[in-house]
Amino acid sequence: MTTTGYLIPGTPAPPSPGFADLPGLMALLTGDEKHTAAATSTLDVLWVLYDRVLNVTPETAEDPGRDRFLLSKGHGPMAYYAVLAAKGFLDPGELTGWTSARSRLGTHPDGTLVPGAEIGSGSLGHGLPLGVGTALGLRAQRLTTSRVVVLLGDAELDEGSNHEAIALAGRAALDRLTAVVIDNDSATHGWPGGIERRFAVEGWETRTVDGRDHEALYRAFTAPNTARPLAVVATVEPKG
Amino acid sequence: MQTMRETFLSTVGAELDADPRLAVVLADISAAQLEDAAVRHPDRVINVGIREQLLIGVTGGLALSGLRPVAHTFPSFLVERPYEQVKLDLTHQGVGAVLVSSGASYDMSTEGRTHQSPADVALLDTVPGWTVHVPGHPEEARRLLLDALPGNGTVYLRLSAAVNAEPHHGTGFQVIRRGGAGVVLAVGPMLDRVLAATAGLDVTVLYAATVRPFDAAGLRAAVGSGPADVVLVEPYLAGTSAHLVTEALSTTPHRLRSLGVRRDSEVRMYGEMSDHDRAHGLDEASLAASVRAFLP
Repeated sequence: MTTTGYLIPGTPAPPSPGFADLPGLMALLTGDEKHTAAATSTLDVLWVLYDRVLNVTPETAEDPGRDRFLLSKGHGPMAYYAVLAAKGFLDPGELTGWTSARSRLGTHPDGTLVPGAEIGSGSLGHGLPLGVGTALGLRAQRLTTSRVVVLLGDAELDEGSNHEAIALAGRAALDRLTAVVIDNDSATHGWPGGIERRFAVEGWETRTVDGRDHEALYRAFTAPNTARPLAVVATVEPKG
Repeated sequence: MQTMRETFLSTVGAELDADPRLAVVLADISAAQLEDAAVRHPDRVINVGIREQLLIGVTGGLALSGLRPVAHTFPSFLVERPYEQVKLDLTHQGVGAVLVSSGASYDMSTEGRTHQSPADVALLDTVPGWTVHVPGHPEEARRLLLDALPGNGTVYLRLSAAVNAEPHHGTGFQVIRRGGAGVVLAVGPMLDRVLAATAGLDVTVLYAATVRPFDAAGLRAAVGSGPADVVLVEPYLAGTSAHLVTEALSTTPHRLRSLGVRRDSEVRMYGEMSDHDRAHGLDEASLAASVRAFLP
């Protein structure tokens, strides 16, 4: 795709970037058009969320009633930055200088620096507790149309803080909270019986889908759920 | 007289009625005392159970959603156990909160090391931007809380069962007594015993209920042009504020003696708070001996 169209005033708006444009945007970060599965494990989920699910745009990024996306698995944020750029939160031109001293984009995102990022992350196990607090806060303010979606990795579930959050969210029936777990089979000791069970036993509604299947992801995120929080396990290729 | 903890709980319960932006987060500790408030405000009094990482994580999330959260438990479980959550879920996210601890360094004198937290203020010193209040009287605690609630900053309010007889309100370091042979800075509940220990000595006694930000100008004003002899008396780890005294007096010739909870060994004893005071050299007699030994 051509990215300079964003930078020239007065020119007609280019067509909105699509999923096929993401590799080009990621190449601005890495210089490599071919990415390993590990580097893109989150790409399809992020795209479906920002393209079709989340009610948030650059114009509404500060609205109290917006949907919130919290990237808890903060490492490997290239796909996240690419999607933010495709959706207009970030100028694609900013991607090229990432990780330099003058850039707002690091190898872990800083929520106070990255436009559109709700939180800073990198240390694992912080996003879901922050998401539970955000969902509780929105409920207390009667902002009940706002969704809170937290993205975690299956290895990140090792952190005990997640299990503190899973228990409370289930008991508090946080029906506007969604946890999406990217499962690339990278947890050292694994999750016998499946990741879903860790959520289901605490009262979450759970759905496991192919993490590369956009329609299946869309349905998992949008099919009506009962008055319970929703866990979507998005299975992708095992980490090499 | 109500204790600081009772004062906090009754005050924050009433403020929940007045301020729709306020939320209180608990980890079982004090949940029973706030049960009535929780019935009135079920969405804004949140007991997460015995989950202290989540206590601070939820507090950060509530702040991100636009509320003003107050998190409360014993200091060992509010600051020490979830230290990384304090660092990342509050300060790093750029959001504020009021953390209110009750228990101080050894209020729970029979409960052992697991319930003692002399390192809380030193730990918060490693994270930028925190205001730290160490009130010496329940009425001071009430006013400091009411000042903190409407703001947006990160505030730590350290409540203790140790108190002075009278409150001393005011901002910065307050001059309680003037003298010419040295300056003794007493923090929070240390004041009355410092006054008693230094009775008859020609020293200035300063009082601090707020230690962060550190009132460097107030200290310099009390010290004058020097050379100066300064004694720091803090109810948590000895020398916690020593670096700030040194910085404040960087161009003033001075000597400094830092008194507080000992760092050299873990005091494995039970007994009363007064027994722990003696073990740490923070009782009146020990303080008097330390100050007299230090002054020229």
